[in-house]
Amino acid sequence: MAEALLELAGVHTHIGRYHIVQGADIAVPAGGLTMLLGRNGAGKTTTLRTIMGLWRASAGHVRFDGRDIAALATPDVARLGIAYVPESMGVFASLTVKENMVLAARDRALNDARLAWIFRLFPALERFWLLPAGALSGGQKQMLSIARALIEPRRLLLVDEPTKGLAPAIIDMLIEAFQELKRVRTTVLLVEQNFRVARALGDTVAVMDDGRIVHAGAMAALADDEALQQRLLGLSLASHQ
Amino acid sequence: MRVSLDRMGDLLPAALPVLLMLLALPLIGSPSAWVTLTAAGLAMGMMIFIMASGLTLIFGLMDVLNFGHGAFISIGAYVATLVLLPLAGWTQADALGWNLAALVPALLAAMAATGALGLVFERVVVRPVYGQHLKQILVTMGGLIVAEQLLAALWGPNQIALPLPAALRGSIVLGDAAIEKYRLIAVIVGLAVFVAMLAILNRTKLGLLIRAGVENGEMVEALGYRVRRLFVAVFAAGSALAGLGGVMWALYRESVTAGMGLEVMILVFIVVIVGGLGSVGGCFLGSVLVALLANYTGFLAPKLALGSNILLMVAILMWRPQGLYPVGKG
Repeated sequence: MAEALLELAGVHTHIGRYHIVQGADIAVPAGGLTMLLGRNGAGKTTTLRTIMGLWRASAGHVRFDGRDIAALATPDVARLGIAYVPESMGVFASLTVKENMVLAARDRALNDARLAWIFRLFPALERFWLLPAGALSGGQKQMLSIARALIEPRRLLLVDEPTKGLAPAIIDMLIEAFQELKRVRTTVLLVEQNFRVARALGDTVAVMDDGRIVHAGAMAALADDEALQQRLLGLSLASHQ
Repeated sequence: MRVSLDRMGDLLPAALPVLLMLLALPLIGSPSAWVTLTAAGLAMGMMIFIMASGLTLIFGLMDVLNFGHGAFISIGAYVATLVLLPLAGWTQADALGWNLAALVPALLAAMAATGALGLVFERVVVRPVYGQHLKQILVTMGGLIVAEQLLAALWGPNQIALPLPAALRGSIVLGDAAIEKYRLIAVIVGLAVFVAMLAILNRTKLGLLIRAGVENGEMVEALGYRVRRLFVAVFAAGSALAGLGGVMWALYRESVTAGMGLEVMILVFIVVIVGGLGSVGGCFLGSVLVALLANYTGFLAPKLALGSNILLMVAILMWRPQGLYPVGKG
């Protein structure tokens, strides 16, 4: 297995009086796509937000490329090359698609070649380039949210439930986009509830329950073991084909 | 006008001031009185906008309820007296050049002082209470009271006369209507501030960041920008604008008092709420509406004038509970 680019060791996160993440240990291998699965309320989103510094870890280590980033402010985490696609998508509705991308590129001008690649992944964004992002459909907003994370080469993508509430055709398009990211060896930690997506994309998997990682290993092994799926997730991938 | 027209194609709120003007014309009856009242309303609206525009951005960007904003209005006016009163010979000379030679440095000094004090206020008063609305109200209100008392202690409790520069006095006569020169200047300055804000917000990277930050500050941080620094800059700029508005308001009243900031804050809050918290375009429209209505009702039904703004706010919030052009929070 490739060396871990991101490692969480014994991470705890409290939100007010609630103890959400309770000692999570996760390793995200460089150049691969790691799925983070689990029931609603298991702590997956909080884990991503803790990595980004949006919630502060109350204990444990978050190591990125060997450096502990648990105490860093969110902008500093982002500037290490970690891009975040939140569950809410976080697109700026009053800004145009182009303006959203300009902000995501930070200090650099938009790179034409990179933009052409993104337009191949998400053709709708080129069509609506100068429209306010608020006018896009849900699927198009998700495309924009992911495209923002890709506009500059980033070292790690944290993506939270990108297929939630989307039509099957849009989900297929997103699967293709993530497969393209895998081809170019982008490291991704992907939270997902859709097991068809998880099976199609995951190289490795971590399953979370009650704030802890209860299983970690190869996605293929979990996909082939229906009893394990039942035990960990309370359902089987076969029923989600 | 992307900022002012946050909802695409939603032009009805933008048409309200024109509808109000047209409605007032037959009620007032006399076209000359209507022209005078409309000019007065627009001038007052522009001054309120200058004072309120910073506050709406401060609220939109960091969810901070800054009742201390009124202090910068008063402080700006007092700082201007430090320049204008010693240079009374210039301001009272019947030559526009000499008047401007005193007025421009007074405006710049007021803006510089209030901008700098804004930085201190944000650091000392506001920063410890981020995210705590009740404490923000108490602490910033306390800051306003302390600032008022300090002004009274430093300059004395009596109001200070601040006469208009000689060249800005008098009226321009259009047919039977007389429009005060200073009101025209207030309209020009207010429009210039509005256009400059729109240009910055729509055409610069800084403006993009402010607009994005107003919508979803957390996401802006996740993209790698320090929203806190951006907020400090906006806070200082908003305070400087309050200072500018304070000087213009004081010249309009031709007097300065320690309580003038608090007095005008009621109007400032009304226009910020009516416009939609965080919306510069909404704030501009709200300012014009509030000021026009105050002038028209002051003429038509003086007893209603005091409550007309509250009635306007209630009517608009019943129609649009988030204000005329609400900013969608992410």
